[in-house]
Amino acid sequence: MKPEASPAAANTHETKVPFWRDSEKRSIVIQIVALIIVTGVSYYLFTNTQANLARQSIATGFGFLEKEASFEIGESLITYSAADSYAKALLVGALNTLKVAFIGIILTTIIGTLIGIARLSSNWLLSKLAATFIEVMQNIPVLLQLFFWYAIFYESFPSPRQALNPIKGVFLCNRGFIFAVPEAHSAHTVMGWLFVLALIVGWFINRWGHKRQNLTGQPFPAGRITVAAAILLPAFAWLAYGAPTAMDMPALRGFNFQGGVTISPEFAALLLGLVLYTSAFVAEIVRAGIQSIGRGQIEAAMAIALKPSKVLQLVILPQALRVIIPPLTSQMLNLTKNSSLAIAIGYADFVAVANTTINQTGQAIEGVALIMVVYLFFSLSTSIFMNWYNKRMALVER
Amino acid sequence: MNETPTKREYLLPPKTNVGVIGWLKTNLFSNWHNSLLTFLLVALLAWLLPPLIRWAFIDSLWNSSAEACRNIDGACWSVIPNNLRFIILGFFPEGEEWRPIVAMLLLLGLVIYSKERSRWRKSLGWLWLANIIVMGSLMHGGVFGLSVVETSQWSGLPLTLLLSFFGMIVAYPFGILLALGRRSNMPTIKTMCVTYIEMIRGVPLISMLFMSSIMFPLFLPEGVTIDKVLRALIAIILFTAAYIAEVVRGGLQAMPRGQYEAADSLGLNYSQTMRLIILPQALKIVIPPSVGILLSVFKDTSLVVIIALFDVLKTTMVTLSNPEWGRYSTESYIFLALLYFCFCYAMSSYSRKLEKELDTGY
Repeated sequence: MKPEASPAAANTHETKVPFWRDSEKRSIVIQIVALIIVTGVSYYLFTNTQANLARQSIATGFGFLEKEASFEIGESLITYSAADSYAKALLVGALNTLKVAFIGIILTTIIGTLIGIARLSSNWLLSKLAATFIEVMQNIPVLLQLFFWYAIFYESFPSPRQALNPIKGVFLCNRGFIFAVPEAHSAHTVMGWLFVLALIVGWFINRWGHKRQNLTGQPFPAGRITVAAAILLPAFAWLAYGAPTAMDMPALRGFNFQGGVTISPEFAALLLGLVLYTSAFVAEIVRAGIQSIGRGQIEAAMAIALKPSKVLQLVILPQALRVIIPPLTSQMLNLTKNSSLAIAIGYADFVAVANTTINQTGQAIEGVALIMVVYLFFSLSTSIFMNWYNKRMALVER
Repeated sequence: MNETPTKREYLLPPKTNVGVIGWLKTNLFSNWHNSLLTFLLVALLAWLLPPLIRWAFIDSLWNSSAEACRNIDGACWSVIPNNLRFIILGFFPEGEEWRPIVAMLLLLGLVIYSKERSRWRKSLGWLWLANIIVMGSLMHGGVFGLSVVETSQWSGLPLTLLLSFFGMIVAYPFGILLALGRRSNMPTIKTMCVTYIEMIRGVPLISMLFMSSIMFPLFLPEGVTIDKVLRALIAIILFTAAYIAEVVRGGLQAMPRGQYEAADSLGLNYSQTMRLIILPQALKIVIPPSVGILLSVFKDTSLVVIIALFDVLKTTMVTLSNPEWGRYSTESYIFLALLYFCFCYAMSSYSRKLEKELDTGY
């Protein structure tokens, strides 16, 4: 199908033009033909599928979501057991995907930015090390990297009985990285709320400070006040509750650890692999963004005696971010999509759970459709958020 | 006044600004925090590198039996030479090894031959076509007295190369059509192309591979089966085409309006405008990002592991499932990483070189 539309308007005022030379009519015909072909092919595939499903007596529809899943999932953010429904199992998988994507995106942005800046360092050694890191990470398939890290975690660390115990309450073994956390206490909820409150108030103070600076030229240390409040307020609350220090200590019971928080080797390998791989791409994006700033901008900023940190904060970053954000968005989406490789190393992400569901129920079409819908949802919501942020940054343009 | 300056009046640059010392001073010790950073980095390397070198080179064995490896602290590289045939060629029948090797050498030779831009002529296209036919008959057999090798036996590096290069070649025209469709002013065509491109780009490749392995058989009428390798190839083509379409669209958008208007004023119709004016220029701009796509397709073919195709990663894992060699996964993965790195680094540096060369403006 070749779309045949000439933007030139048809010459209608003389003799009657035959319809295949009239671009408007021709384009209508082409569109109808295209529509018929696409519908026809879809209908053909649909009828084939219907026939095949009927022959193999596979149920259709999403009724299976209500049924009992009857498989266990290694790690879960919500309580889940094999007796729960497929819908809940899939929700667990989706939350696991979100968990790894969320933490991964944050870490990738930080590490990628640091490496991108290191790549531009005037220190030859640092810049070459960063370049080596970027080249190596970019040119090895992420799946191979995942297998590599997983093999390292799984094979190099000892079994739980011989777990490494570098400091009290922290254990390293092939079941994962286990560490002590403070025991649940009512003070923690209050501290969490105070922290959030400090951030919200800080945001308003920051806005007010900006307004005041624009009007009077007097700066206001809003950032420092916010940081101080975010640390001190929860600390006071903690003291007010009598400074609870009880820790939930992990202890070896039988073959595994009980208590504490466990980071499984699957999750750690997936996160490490994804973060290192993607941060190499982010580093290149950051480098390109910073290099896109004209030398004159930096020289001008230095000429008005801004400190190097202020040059970065006030001159380079606001301009570089505009170049950086669109490709950064697509890297974040890549990370989210690549997290589906979790299935290869046995982390229960959405694809892995959906695959188990497909294998148990045989309802492949619904399963694959669910995978696609969920990832489309993740992709679209990330790109909507980033587009919003991008627009906000672009408004700075003068 | 008109006295010619003697040698003494030329001041040589200070010794600390030239030569090795000058280089060290500007690049490593330009100020106090740079010097501190250099010392920290050197200390870090001095801490990390010696044990690594000891593991990889000094305490290691390069070509021994698995038993000999049990008693060493270092790397057991012997896992590679002992299993190299299987890792690279997989299940290809014994005694026919020369066929995939010749096919791979042909592909490699042609790729290297095509690197020079002066050779980009129509004849090169025919050469590629002939080469693909020769490679296909070498791999599949059934002609010239070669025994037939089923695609289920194609594995290892030939499969990786086949999926990536062949997938890319077939996907490219499809991607161009999608890009043209997306830029079309016919709403139906445009909507269909945009939907396709955005949908494919929004889902991970693995879901396409699942679709190909589970759903394609359901799409076909009764009695028709479709080969497993071909199914994966179709999934890779469908997936790659969407990414190519976006790259090509970038090239089309970079064309100034004047080019279209000039073509219109010459009375060229749509296909002539595209064929003779727009695409030759637009495709030239997008060559470097296209090499980038080939690079990512090459890396992404490793995902076929998940639908149990035996590409070079899967053959390595099969080797590791052998209890004799199972504990040397780190060594095997490092070897494989080096293999991928060589291919990918060559491609990415070629893409960068092309970008510089083609950056001539128009």
